[in-house]
Amino acid sequence: MTTAPSRPAVEIRDLHKSFGPLKVLKGIDFEVGQGEVVCVIGPSGSGKSTLLRCVDLLEEPTAGKIWVNGVEMTDPDVEIDAVRRGIGMVFQSFNLFPHLTVLNNLTIAQRRVLRRGRAEAERVARANLERVGLTDKADAFPAQLSGGQQQRAAIARSLSMEPKLMLFDEPTSALDPELVGDVLTVMRKLAEDGMTMMVVTHEMAFARDVADRVVFMDGGVVVEQGPPQEVLGAPKHERTRAFLSRVLDPTHVAQLGQPDQSPSPSPAPSLPTDDRHNL
Amino acid sequence: MKLRRRQRERLSLGLQYLVFIAIIATVLVAADWDRLADAFFRVDIIKSMFPTIITVALRNTILYTLGAFAFGLVFGTILALMRLSRVAPYRWVATAYIELFRGLPALLVLFLVGYGIPIAFPEREIPGGVFGSIAIGLGLTAAAYMAETIRAGIQAVPKGQMEAARTLGMSHFTAMRTIVIPQAFRIVIPPLTNELILLTKDSSLAYVLGVTAQTIEITKFGRDMLNDRVNATPLLVAGLAYLVITLPLSQVVRRLELRYAKAR
Repeated sequence: MTTAPSRPAVEIRDLHKSFGPLKVLKGIDFEVGQGEVVCVIGPSGSGKSTLLRCVDLLEEPTAGKIWVNGVEMTDPDVEIDAVRRGIGMVFQSFNLFPHLTVLNNLTIAQRRVLRRGRAEAERVARANLERVGLTDKADAFPAQLSGGQQQRAAIARSLSMEPKLMLFDEPTSALDPELVGDVLTVMRKLAEDGMTMMVVTHEMAFARDVADRVVFMDGGVVVEQGPPQEVLGAPKHERTRAFLSRVLDPTHVAQLGQPDQSPSPSPAPSLPTDDRHNL
Repeated sequence: MKLRRRQRERLSLGLQYLVFIAIIATVLVAADWDRLADAFFRVDIIKSMFPTIITVALRNTILYTLGAFAFGLVFGTILALMRLSRVAPYRWVATAYIELFRGLPALLVLFLVGYGIPIAFPEREIPGGVFGSIAIGLGLTAAAYMAETIRAGIQAVPKGQMEAARTLGMSHFTAMRTIVIPQAFRIVIPPLTNELILLTKDSSLAYVLGVTAQTIEITKFGRDMLNDRVNATPLLVAGLAYLVITLPLSQVVRRLELRYAKAR
């Protein structure tokens, strides 16, 4: 695998993606720098998950080009399995392997893909379980874990492959509210350790505190992007403001009963000051 | 007088038991037990069937069944993967095979294998002799059924499993073999058990290949004894011999399912 450290971790040029007649991505230009943490936000159906899945080629782009660590993913001859070794992916629904213990979830790809011996794979796995605070769950099966524990195990599974880039597809959306904090704490630690991360999320507090850059997507295009305090604190675009007011103050909008028609002239409501996730 | 709900339920249940017991009792009393025992339960004949029915007939039935099941499982898994393949000709071939062999009686397929292959390849022999012919002959039909079962099992494994495996850098083949298929088999244990029990009984078709005293299985053994002794007792013993196989099998599978229940 050829890597050019000088190049961005992710480069996307004029990316289009359609599902049949439905155009989901309409020309995305986008970069993630080495060591950068980028949060992608936007309403459901805005194409943010599709964008993330295109980076790992779980979705085949209709047009446009994608490079990850300098390797062109959209090249038809790309050695996809080799490139994916350098990319970790965390799913909304965890996708742990239910027939394997947590430890074996973390070792199976190390052994089959990286050809590590059992002892080395288990050493790496246990180190990563410690990193996410699941040392005592090594021999449990996924079904015996809570959602938050499953997601942390899934993160540890990705980390065991020692990726250069981590992709998170709404990692906390399937969790009970009180379990969200543990997962976000793990992700925050990962960001502090210098991991390059692209995170599709609805957790605005996480985006505000952890992201280097926030990208707002709507209708298949990037509407605006920039440092979190700008995009979340003083959005330039009306669509961003409307989205943030719906997310941050949902009951107020619901009472109005006409969320899309009367754009509030005031700036978007400020983020909640009390931090419910102890970030 | 108006009965309360629980009283009504108790009364109704009591009546049902009464009718049930009356039917059983009538049948038991009306049957001619002496003649039945004479036709189906002659102790001297039962004794004469041992130990051959165990050491030869039961053993062969188990061997033929396991041979056909193993062949069908391997071939059926290949067919299932072909049916799910992105390569269209693979799908066509697998679909045609499954439709054809599900539609043919197992007896006919066994006959074609047993007599057709030696004619087609006069220089060669089917490995394993009668055992090989039965394993292949019954396995070809079983594979068609199992392929559909296994395909359903593979499709029942959530798509995210394959995606997670691929994002860890596994090839499609490795992901199938280590992640998807092991889960698919846990899902299809009950229908595959059904297939194994059906094969146990289908192994009685071995007679069309002309079995010898060494290769005889339970049903043929029972029928030969029936003709020999002009008495139906061997059929009863043969039936019990099949139950000796199938009843413990069900227990083993139930255990297996319980063991896998936590790993789902």
